[in-house]
Amino acid sequence: MNARSLFAVSSLAVLALGACHKKVAPAPAPAPEPPAAAPAPPPPPPAPAPTNSGADMASARDAARASLTAPIYFDLDSDALSDADRAALDAKVGILNASAGVKIRVAGHTDERGSDEYNLALGQRRAAAAKRYLTQHGVPDASIDIISYGEEHPAMDGHDEGSWSKNRRDEFEITAGADALKPAAQ
Amino acid sequence: MIIVPERITRASHGSTRALVAFAIALLLAPLITRDARGQDTTHAVRIGLTYQPGTKPGVIVLAIRGAWGDSLQAIIARDLDYGDRVEVIGLPGTPAASSLAGIGPGVSYPLWKSLNAAAAVQTTVTPSGLHVAVHDVTGRKIVQVADFPLPLAGGSGEWRLAVHGISDEIEQWITGTRGVAQTRILFVRGGRVYVVDTDGFGERLVSDAGLSLSPAWAPDGLTISYSVLGSRGWSIVTRSVAGGAGRTLPSTTSGLNTTPAFSPNGLTLAYSHGDEAGTDLMLVDLAGGGPRRITVGHGSDNTSPEFSPDGRKIAFTSGRAGHPEVYIMDVDGSNVELLTPFNFGDRNYRSNPDWAPDAQHVAFQSQIGGAFQIMVISLRDRSVKQITSEGVNEDPAWAPDARHVVFTSSRTGVRQLFILDSESGRARQLTHAGGARLAAWSHSLGHAR
Repeated sequence: MNARSLFAVSSLAVLALGACHKKVAPAPAPAPEPPAAAPAPPPPPPAPAPTNSGADMASARDAARASLTAPIYFDLDSDALSDADRAALDAKVGILNASAGVKIRVAGHTDERGSDEYNLALGQRRAAAAKRYLTQHGVPDASIDIISYGEEHPAMDGHDEGSWSKNRRDEFEITAGADALKPAAQ
Repeated sequence: MIIVPERITRASHGSTRALVAFAIALLLAPLITRDARGQDTTHAVRIGLTYQPGTKPGVIVLAIRGAWGDSLQAIIARDLDYGDRVEVIGLPGTPAASSLAGIGPGVSYPLWKSLNAAAAVQTTVTPSGLHVAVHDVTGRKIVQVADFPLPLAGGSGEWRLAVHGISDEIEQWITGTRGVAQTRILFVRGGRVYVVDTDGFGERLVSDAGLSLSPAWAPDGLTISYSVLGSRGWSIVTRSVAGGAGRTLPSTTSGLNTTPAFSPNGLTLAYSHGDEAGTDLMLVDLAGGGPRRITVGHGSDNTSPEFSPDGRKIAFTSGRAGHPEVYIMDVDGSNVELLTPFNFGDRNYRSNPDWAPDAQHVAFQSQIGGAFQIMVISLRDRSVKQITSEGVNEDPAWAPDARHVVFTSSRTGVRQLFILDSESGRARQLTHAGGARLAAWSHSLGHAR
């Protein structure tokens, strides 16, 4: 663990993660600029001291966990991945490929508009879109399972676009190997 | 139990005959497309009351003496009122709800005539049940009588269902069409499946733990199915509505398995199965065997199947055109056809079809000005009629009479179930507590057991 790799993981705000893309064979072009609709990433932790203390390891793992479990967001009635989604998924690819034994579940969600029943299929399609991207970029198929909650578990309870845009999402849950989490390799 | 009148003057009416009629209807399916929900118009008996054509006959339900008399009179009067085919008459000057109990049990043709009644229903409690007589007010005579058994446990669910059956029989005598009070409605509240009588009474929890959605009735009126969220995804459960353990459909133990629908003969279940390649409709024989995929969605979403009354076609929601639309197809998946009108560039959202028991209409939901409304399309000429406008209205399900529709509405601020008479436009609220959605209307439960 060094300061540079930790910085690479924690500075998701930059979105174009060159370090991660090195692991990826058919990586798409990085987004030139973060789109305005990109979700606010967690603030980067303070720059760590250049030591390999246990606190640093824990901090790096926390940063990797935050990056791996950060949600991605979708347009209305769509499972298309935005540039921001791809950048967030690229970060997850780096972490998953560096962290043998880690398994995740992708949960697709929708906003409250639309049919309750059709929204379950839409959520499934959103979860499948994220899984497809991850496996196309080298993550083993068996490391990822998917589920849809449709509109049943909203992240926000409001009835306006502010809430809806946060509810049209994929969530990422670590289901195994959380202790094996490592930052993306350089 | 079966409500069969022990003595009946002009109606021949029994479960055996209904079964024979059903079998004949199956054989002649292209010609006779009703009876799929146990509707029984072939036995229609109209007792020839005198009233203005084109109007609803006025009916007085006389007070009933004896055990449970007040409840009996209230249930029968309410059932006839909710049937929307007769005008239930009370004493003038009193609120409608209380006036229904206002007219004494004595025979008084001049009083009834002055209240514009065409018929009066006179009910007497007997040791085994009820004796019902219907008076023709103009002709000043009794035109129909029958004795009905009732379960001993007054006020029980079984007793209430039996009384509803008597109401339906009375409605058939008077109007020629059997009522639909002797049916029940499944729905979802707080992620659990409940069942309730059509008058809003007798509500009961049916499902176990686990988020449960999209309940459906088997034609026997005893078996139900719904989807349940478990640790590995959504599975399809079938069970008795009366209780006991649920059974998970073996082909649905992983992935997304939702929106079950029984075929009209009860032998096959259609449902929606989603995996990483999209969500398609499946058919599975309930007796066993693997599922057959009947849509080829190429990654699109195909959900919410509903059989036609003859069991030969399925209506469903599909996103194959880029947005949800209602389609119909043959039950083997061939001859897929867009049901709803579609203009190039139209991105409207249409979903959740329900095939009317008359085989001639399909109800569905369509976005109108950003809010879902219930629409009915005629399969004869593809004309579309909007039947709701207040609030957001979703998930229509037909009653066995192909006239009343139960649906979810936000018109009170919380999603609740409402029942609409699609002919008169009269609506009433069915559920009041806690929010309710995803209703399914049973077939007639009179022939069910």
